[in-house]
Amino acid sequence: MIDLTTPIDVAIIGGGPSGLAAATTLKATGVARVVVLERESDAGGIPRHCGHPPFGAREFKRIYTGPAYARKLVQTALAAGVEIHCLTTVVQAREGGELLLALPEGQQVINARRVIYATGVRETPRSARLLGGMRLQGVVNTGALQSMVFLKHMRPFKRPVIVGTELVAISAVSTCAHAGIRPAAMVEPDPRPTARFPFTIYPRLKCVPMHLNTRPVAIHGDKTVSSLEVEDADGARRHIDCDGVILSGMFTPESTLGRMGHLEVDPATGGPVVDQFGRCSDPVYFAAGNLLRPVETAGWCWDEGRRAGARVADDLAERLPNGIETVPVSVQGPVLKYVMPQRLNLKVSRGKDVLQLRLNDIAKGRIIATSGGKTVGQWSVNSRKERRVLLSVSRLDQSAITGPVTMTFTPA
Amino acid sequence: MTINSTPYDVAIIGAGIVGCAMARRFTLEGARVVLLEKATDILDGASKANSAILHTGFDAPVGSIEVGCIQAGHEEYRRIYRDFGLTLDECGANVVAWSEEEVAKLEQIQQQAVDNNVMDTRLITGDDLRKVEPNLSDRALAAIAIPRESLIDPWSSPYAYLQQSLMNGGEVMLSCEVTGGRFDGSGWKLETTQGLVRANHVVNCAGLYGDLVNSSVFGQAPFTITPRKGQFVVYDKAASRLARSVILPVPTARTKGIVLFRTVFGNLAVGPTAEDQQSRTDSSIDTETLRSLMAAGEAIVPALKGMPVTATYAGLRPATEFKDYQISADAANNWITVGGIRSTGLSGALGIAQYVYGLYRDTGADHTALTDPVIPTARVLTDTANRDWKEKDHGEIVCHCELVTRREIEAALSGPLAAKSLAGLKRQTRVTMGRCQGFFCSARLAELTEGRFVIPMAEGVDK
Repeated sequence: MIDLTTPIDVAIIGGGPSGLAAATTLKATGVARVVVLERESDAGGIPRHCGHPPFGAREFKRIYTGPAYARKLVQTALAAGVEIHCLTTVVQAREGGELLLALPEGQQVINARRVIYATGVRETPRSARLLGGMRLQGVVNTGALQSMVFLKHMRPFKRPVIVGTELVAISAVSTCAHAGIRPAAMVEPDPRPTARFPFTIYPRLKCVPMHLNTRPVAIHGDKTVSSLEVEDADGARRHIDCDGVILSGMFTPESTLGRMGHLEVDPATGGPVVDQFGRCSDPVYFAAGNLLRPVETAGWCWDEGRRAGARVADDLAERLPNGIETVPVSVQGPVLKYVMPQRLNLKVSRGKDVLQLRLNDIAKGRIIATSGGKTVGQWSVNSRKERRVLLSVSRLDQSAITGPVTMTFTPA
Repeated sequence: MTINSTPYDVAIIGAGIVGCAMARRFTLEGARVVLLEKATDILDGASKANSAILHTGFDAPVGSIEVGCIQAGHEEYRRIYRDFGLTLDECGANVVAWSEEEVAKLEQIQQQAVDNNVMDTRLITGDDLRKVEPNLSDRALAAIAIPRESLIDPWSSPYAYLQQSLMNGGEVMLSCEVTGGRFDGSGWKLETTQGLVRANHVVNCAGLYGDLVNSSVFGQAPFTITPRKGQFVVYDKAASRLARSVILPVPTARTKGIVLFRTVFGNLAVGPTAEDQQSRTDSSIDTETLRSLMAAGEAIVPALKGMPVTATYAGLRPATEFKDYQISADAANNWITVGGIRSTGLSGALGIAQYVYGLYRDTGADHTALTDPVIPTARVLTDTANRDWKEKDHGEIVCHCELVTRREIEAALSGPLAAKSLAGLKRQTRVTMGRCQGFFCSARLAELTEGRFVIPMAEGVDK
């Protein structure tokens, strides 16, 4: 159980890179009691089961494998005086920073002055993809595969098909290689792979054919998987023989606690609505890391966690403006997928504040921000699908903003 | 080959919802029972996927065996659920009319309810409906409220029925398929994949295979099963607050139509479709149908749009060429067939068991009912109840989405009904049935279930 004799200044839900970075930063800025609540048996988050480099360049100026990096994050946090409680599940997050916990010893309610949500992302499962066919064992996300291979030394199949070509799909190829699994193929609905060069040559090195313009339709089999039915761009269908399916990517923030609780959740990012300080609709709660939007690297999340820690420390010291005077920011049209933060406090906007956008498609042109029918900012953009786009808030004509800001894309 | 020295009084074929209720009833009446199931886990056929609604029978065919069984079953469930620790969410249902033609049909539906002795329904206006269901589309014109339609746990309930049989002397044989049998004028020798099983009487509750079991023994069957597939979409738990009652459409001649309902596990679901097919195993889903179900759900509750989908599934209902349940006793052969238990099997099971025991008694069977039967404690998996994670020393939470503890998993992996498949474990504990569908817990589960499943989740790799 968590000792309740000393007040908890900040409780951090989730002990991955962003949560641990936030905790470490909070301690470094002199916050007295910082508690990390981690539901798994070990802290460290997703890197724990990414058994490959490169992790840690930005954080530690060294290259680690995922598990080594996770251990380093934990050691750093502990050395800074962070309390890490594993096997501790937050069941409910209530108004004002009251958290209902489930621990092996039973239930406990704790109160924290501030809470940082850092619960990360997960991949979209078969069900939410509306993938057809039979519901069979042997259909897993990359995260589950990695945990099986690197944490439990087990393999669920020998010849799976990998669906998707995000970076995590490349990681799936590597995980398979580690466990002696030979993927039968990778399939990608788009005409080109999502991951960047040179990662995309790795599957070829491992002799895994990549089928582009190929959409998964249905999983077939009786008791176990026997094939994946796919459709090409012309609508022709065929079966790829396999004994399993790895559904990679299509990340979604693990924002359940917010969704089931009282926080406003943005349907576009899937994460909580935040202002540029990472502050949620309940000002006691902040958010950091991949919970904010799918998906960034561990290093990026670590950096976001660090900044969230600094801002929460500012807030505790009453150095942060209140969250009332904000304008909502949203995207419109088919090309722009989301913008984060979704609220801006203009009066205190600093030069380094950025709007983070993501695109549904390849886009070359201009992103235009309007408010009250007037253009209040524009940026040129030339980006591939699913790439991060960062826009400087300083480019907004703040005095012209009269209400909600809408971002649209105009092709060149 | 095993040949029991003393024959069982009754062999029941099929451990679905009906077979489990049947085993309980016959055991309580004092009969020596064996339940034979071809799958490795109980509830693995038609019973694994349904709408989890305990019906009143208001819309069942008047005067049918079905309506009698539903109502007797509903009543018995209400009598026993508290003692068993089972769930009953008396959320009520509303049959909603979305067009003037449907409004015109409401009175007829209400009359049918009266004919079925469901007297507490009432006609309500669209405005009154939206007072109790504020998230319903404003296209809803009127409705009939059926207060006693309820939600229950579709797996813990039959599981508890069978548990009570086993605790009071009943037996179960899993992975035991009946392939044939001979009646010698006084008793049966059933040929099974586990050897011969002797029983004086046989009750065939084989669900999707009911006609095939009769054929394998008699060379013919009184009906033919044509499986009717129903696909479902289950939304995230955040959606459950969007509906209070079961939202039913005005039925057509062929189907009850697409229903929007909460589950006792805190989700909101939309379904089923009604697709006739020949295959008894093909419970595949297809993207287009799932999309159309979602569109149907969003038409009923617009706020469902954008709500994440947690699960998708299909169930097979054992439909026959007849409208009513096909329950018949062959007194000369000591054989009772219980077939064609379509979509209302969960509601009807306890009532079907009473009815069948009556048919059996009419053949002259004579047992002394147990005076003080042991009552099992059901698994508590519903959101509102005292789940194991709230108690001390549960080990750890393994499945985070559904808050399933290690202690619950270990319990489900032991005893005579120990889960032998991931599907069976899911029904007993709800592991991997939440939003992440195993993203977080599959590896730990593969480890915890190593050596327990017929088809393992994963195999060990040399380090």
